[in-house]
Amino acid sequence: MKLRRRQRERLSLWLQYLAFVAVIAVVIVAADWGRLREAFFRVDIIESMFPTIITVALRNTILYTLGAFAFGLIFGTVLALMRLSRVAPYRWVATAYIELFRGLPALLVLFLVGYGIPIAFPEREIPGGVFGSITIGLGLTAAAYMAETIRAGIQAVPKGQMEAARTLGMSHFTAMRTIVIPQAFRIVIPPLTNELILLTKDSSLAYVLGVTAQTIEVTKFGRDTLNDRVNATPLLVAGLTYLVITLPLSQVVRRLELRYAKAR
Amino acid sequence: MTTSQSQPAVEIRDLHKSFGPLEVLKGIDFEVGHGEVVCVIGPSGSGKSTLLRCVNLLEEPTAGKIWVNGTEMTDPDVEIDAVRRGIGMVFQSFNLFPHLTVLDNLTIAQRRVLRRGRAEAERIARDNLDRVGLTDKAGAYPAQLSGGQQQRAAIARSLSMDPKLMLFDEPTSALDPELVGDVLTVMRKLAEDGMTMMVVTHEMAFARDVADRVVFMDGGVVVEQGPPEEVLGSPRHERTRSFLSRVLDPTHVAQLGRPDEAAEPPEAPGLPADDRHQL
Repeated sequence: MKLRRRQRERLSLWLQYLAFVAVIAVVIVAADWGRLREAFFRVDIIESMFPTIITVALRNTILYTLGAFAFGLIFGTVLALMRLSRVAPYRWVATAYIELFRGLPALLVLFLVGYGIPIAFPEREIPGGVFGSITIGLGLTAAAYMAETIRAGIQAVPKGQMEAARTLGMSHFTAMRTIVIPQAFRIVIPPLTNELILLTKDSSLAYVLGVTAQTIEVTKFGRDTLNDRVNATPLLVAGLTYLVITLPLSQVVRRLELRYAKAR
Repeated sequence: MTTSQSQPAVEIRDLHKSFGPLEVLKGIDFEVGHGEVVCVIGPSGSGKSTLLRCVNLLEEPTAGKIWVNGTEMTDPDVEIDAVRRGIGMVFQSFNLFPHLTVLDNLTIAQRRVLRRGRAEAERIARDNLDRVGLTDKAGAYPAQLSGGQQQRAAIARSLSMDPKLMLFDEPTSALDPELVGDVLTVMRKLAEDGMTMMVVTHEMAFARDVADRVVFMDGGVVVEQGPPEEVLGSPRHERTRSFLSRVLDPTHVAQLGRPDEAAEPPEAPGLPADDRHQL
């Protein structure tokens, strides 16, 4: 018997639903929920982590992320402008920097900043302690990525915008600052959001700098609690804490994009 | 800026422009008087847009000299930003700043370049929006306007800088046909108010009705120029006749054959005197 087109499509759809439900059913039936709850969901451990995980750990994670993002954004913009500069050495330096720092693991850069700079300048300290070190350490790598994003954004602004601005008597610098760069940033909001979310998670590398009870962030806090209680519950709590940052962030950015949509 | 009336608004001497091996302008000599409206016509690739863009140095001439209101644009030490303030330019693609409202589009250069205060800049901006019939669009973003409205806003933006000379680079070529008239009406009013204008255009009716002089360019040279009734009505050169017949009667181009082969065009392809549909 040959099925008609609509029958075939309906059958295919039902099979896909069936497969989906089957997979979920197998997981639910096969998993040992008692042991899972014992390992990942001990309510007493969860309770013991509050409020410190919010007031200290989450706060520090947000601070480290914002610090590194701000540093990366400013330095990345400078690098992007250097890559587009008429002065050849600026282009060479920026290109070399970007290629180098995109290739190095963030962990390694953080080590170099955290331990290399104090060795190189024994008299000086990085201002801000762990916060300062992680701002620079993660920011240096983030700047390399952001520079390429921002450069692409600047080049995506139509040539006519610069021409119109220059025709009105603006200098190249004023035209860049008031006309081209504001439009470039609207273009690069989505990839920069990506970078911000990556940095949120990279802030967990702060542990290599040797954090204290005051400077601890979410992942390190989760791991320490895990070692204390010999139970995996803290990992679940730490993981969900990151979502507290990233999910609202996505919402905010979506709003921002909508608002800019009419001004594009 | 010196604006002595003894010198023409625009003076161009032996202008050459090459893009790599391609020579686009092959020695242009050309003047625009104060208050004169000059329409530059010609086939695409004839160099007319390049000529216009050389006047305010958006393109750097390869050789030759250009003066605007007595200032030599081709002097390597010219204060280019200062001179450009006096030269308005309207682009085929409008080039409004999409991240700014219409009002901010009109005030940003006044404030950053002319250092006018906010109140004064906004008053001048609103006056110019009135002039182009966009009084109620001050708060809109460019993307919320039609093409014709965007182009009129762009004209108002240029006028807000009090230019002595306005350059128009095919201002209606990107517009839907029914929106062309509004823009041309604004330009005609501007001409009647005595603005010095250099207009690269394909709107032959506008050229005939508004221009003091029509310049026909082809192959990087000025082929002929004169009053519109002469150049458009009874062109002397075969290349002009051929171009006009292609523009005015495009469905019969095939019958004409190649311009250099057609010794005698079947009919004098001048502009019919009653062809006033656009204005």
